[in-house]
Parts: sequence; C-alpha cells; structure tokens
Amino acid sequence: MADGTATRSGLLDTARRAAESVADPEMPMLTLADLGVLRGVDLAGDGTVTATITPTYSGCPAMAAMRDDLVARLRDHGFPAVRVRVSLHPAWSSDWITPRGRRALAEHGLSAPGPAPHRGGPVPLTLLPVRRDLACPRCGARDTEPVSEFGPTACTALYRCASCLEPFQHVKEV
Amino acid sequence: MAEEAGRGSVYDGLLGGDPSRWAFGTDFEDPLAGVDTTVPDGVDPRRLGAYCLMLGDDALVLSQRLGEWTGSAPDLEDDIALANIALDLLGQARLLLARAAAADPSLVPELPAGSPVPPEDALAFFRAEGEFRNVWLAEAENGDFGATTARLLVFSAWRLALFQRLRDSRDSVLSAVAAKGVKELAYHRDYAGRWFVTLARGTGESRRRVAAGLAGVWPLRGELFAGHAVERAAADSGVGVDPAHVAAEVDTVLDQVFAASGVGRPPAAAPAGADGARGRDGAHTAAFAPMLADMQGVARAHPLGRW
Repeated sequence: MADGTATRSGLLDTARRAAESVADPEMPMLTLADLGVLRGVDLAGDGTVTATITPTYSGCPAMAAMRDDLVARLRDHGFPAVRVRVSLHPAWSSDWITPRGRRALAEHGLSAPGPAPHRGGPVPLTLLPVRRDLACPRCGARDTEPVSEFGPTACTALYRCASCLEPFQHVKEV
Repeated sequence: MAEEAGRGSVYDGLLGGDPSRWAFGTDFEDPLAGVDTTVPDGVDPRRLGAYCLMLGDDALVLSQRLGEWTGSAPDLEDDIALANIALDLLGQARLLLARAAAADPSLVPELPAGSPVPPEDALAFFRAEGEFRNVWLAEAENGDFGATTARLLVFSAWRLALFQRLRDSRDSVLSAVAAKGVKELAYHRDYAGRWFVTLARGTGESRRRVAAGLAGVWPLRGELFAGHAVERAAADSGVGVDPAHVAAEVDTVLDQVFAASGVGRPPAAAPAGADGARGRDGAHTAAFAPMLADMQGVARAHPLGRW
C-alpha cells in the first residue's frame, strides 16, 4: 500500500508537471500554468488524468488548441487516458498570471496587467481612456499611450511608447 | 523541466501530418464539457431552455452583424475592436445555446443521421427565421459607423445591466456565463460610449451621423425592457432577470453618455410593428432573413461537413 501511494503521488506529480509545461497557443512564452488557465490536474484510480482549464474570455478561440496540446503532452508522458474539463466558475482573472508569467511577458515585449478591478457591484461607466501607469516593455520609458483597448488577442490592448515609438501589447486587467 | 517548457504544439507538424487535423484541430467539442448542467429544483427545463435561447440569440445575431465590419471599419484598430467584441458575444452565444440545448433537447433541429454538428451549431445554423428569439435591436443592419456605435452602446448597456443581475442566477451555468460576460460587456460598453462621445464632439458630420444612428435605433429600445412571458417566468423561478427591472439603470448610464456628448435623449418613439409581435416571439424585421442566409449558407450546404 505504501508503495502504491508513493507511486500514485509520483505519477500525479509527473502528470501535473507535464500539464503545467504546456505553452499557451497565443502567447507561447507563457505556460498554461503561468497564465492561470490550468486550474487543476487530478489522477483517478484507473489512471485517467483530468486537467481542468478555464477560458480567459468566453470566445477564446484557443481553448480547443489548449485541450489538444494538453492531451498530447500527457500522452507523451505515459498517460493514455486524458480528460480535459472546462471550468467556467470562477471566471478567469488576470490576477492569476503568476510572477514567472509576468516576467516572461515582459521579456517578450508584452506589458503585464495591473491589479484586476473588482466586479462585485455595479460596473462604472468609463468614458475617458483607461489610465494605466505602464512602462514600455522595450525601453522602460513611462511615456506610453493607448492605441486601442482591443488588441490582436482577446486578452490584450494595444499601446505605443512615445519615447522609443514602438508599439506593444498590454495584457488587460479583467 | 526546462526542455519541455518550449513552444511545442501538436499542430507543429500540421502541413505534413495527420490530415484529420487540417482545420487546426478545432474539431467539435462540447463547450460545457465537465460543467454541471443539472436544471435547478423547481425550474421548468423547457422554460430555462427558451430563456437561454433568447439570451444566446441576442449575442449570436449581434456577433454576426459586428463581424460584417471585419475588413471595412474606419481603421485597423476598430476593425480589430469590433471583431473582438463579436468574438466575445459569439463565445457567450455558444455557451448559452449549448445550455439551451442541454436544458431542452427538443429545441435542437434534427439533422441527417451521421451529422457531426453539435447542438449549439444546429441551433445557430439550422433553425428557421421564426425560431430565432433575438430582439430586433440585434438584427438591425449596421448602417454607418455612427449607427453601429449607437446600437452597440444601447445593446451593451442593456446586456451588462442584465448580466450583473444574472450573476445571482440559481442556474450555475447562467451565473458563470454572466460573471464572465460582465467583464467583457464592461469593455464593450466603454468602447461604444467613448466612440459615441468622440463622434458627437467631433466634426459636424460625425455628430450628425451618430445622432442619426441613435435616432434610428431608439424605436427598437422599447422591446429590450418589455419583458416576454419567458423572461418573467425565468425571473420568477430565480434563474433569469426581468428586463423591466433594469430599465432605470440603463437610462442612467445612457444619460451619462448623452450628457458627456451633448446629444439630447431622443423623444420616446412609438413601438413599431402592428400586431405587437417582436423578436422574442419569433417575428423579425426585413433585415433579418438576408443576414441569416449569409450566416447559415455554408453550414446548410454541408450538413455532414466537418470543420
């Protein structure tokens, strides 16, 4: 029994590490774990691994790719039976991006999100451009301006640095 | 494991690999996989299905309209913004239509044996015009960018107010969809509100156009708050929201935008439609059929197709 338990926790560890190493399809400098999209990895008695993921946005087109990458990665690590569950609740928050994920974003020229707004009560209308105190991820200047709140992926806004003139993406606070 | 944290994707070998993966593996999947879709106690599954269909159709139809801007918005940034908003709404629609189908499978049109089309796609692509339950505001033609901005402002202010309350739904799927949707709709409303103010305070021409756009959608506003029997029943059983209860809140938000833009609130308009039937009853405007034909054409031509 003791051996069995040790083996099982070792297997779960392997499965967890394998799942955590899968890269996000749209921001491949981040793993699904860094992005906070991977919500859990479980191992059932029959050896089935269940990975739970949550979408960043309702229409996130990368969910199917995430699922397929998770299944493939876990199979490569010796888990033939893999289930991927979608968890809608609680809704993904940019606060779940790990410190390592934030560093990886910055290293790749993306600006990491600040604290997410709390959406408990009524949502205030914001008619002025969102003010964020951002540093340009390329040159570090703080003189940046928003170009659009909607960027190339659902979770990013588009910015421009007024100092080095380079455009960059900012991961939005949600 | 450092060597594993790389860019490896199962699609890396796409061009030379498994031909069944040619469409990037986005094979059909249940968007509610692993989500508990048990209908709460005391809730009529058919009423829950009908209610989810209404909310899903609103999002699906406006998503299709916004998608028509792709490649023709005033600039690249707004092309991307409108496509992003359309994508958020499409995601909401997919979950809500899947939820409708799970609650009441009899809603889903029958397809030829062997069809791989999942229930939410069958609902989107194989229902006839009279089976759609979206409000007219969602199906109206886009018009120019001013009209699109005015419509998006009214729609997202209304939907955000509904979804804020829907977070407390007794149906765990609806409450989860709403909690996520609130975050998205807050961005949509701000986007439309900012453009409304910008256009209204821009040139004489931009102001004229956004005001004309608002006047055009204003008669469609009454339907948003009228409250259909299905919506009231959903509210009574604790799964839905009676839209009549958000009217004052939406008015307050719109008045903030009007005040900032210097555009007056249009006069109350007599609701259109002689017999009183509206989108929630399956009655639609002349603009709807052509849009639906465009949206459904490919799927209907290939009911056994895999994408």
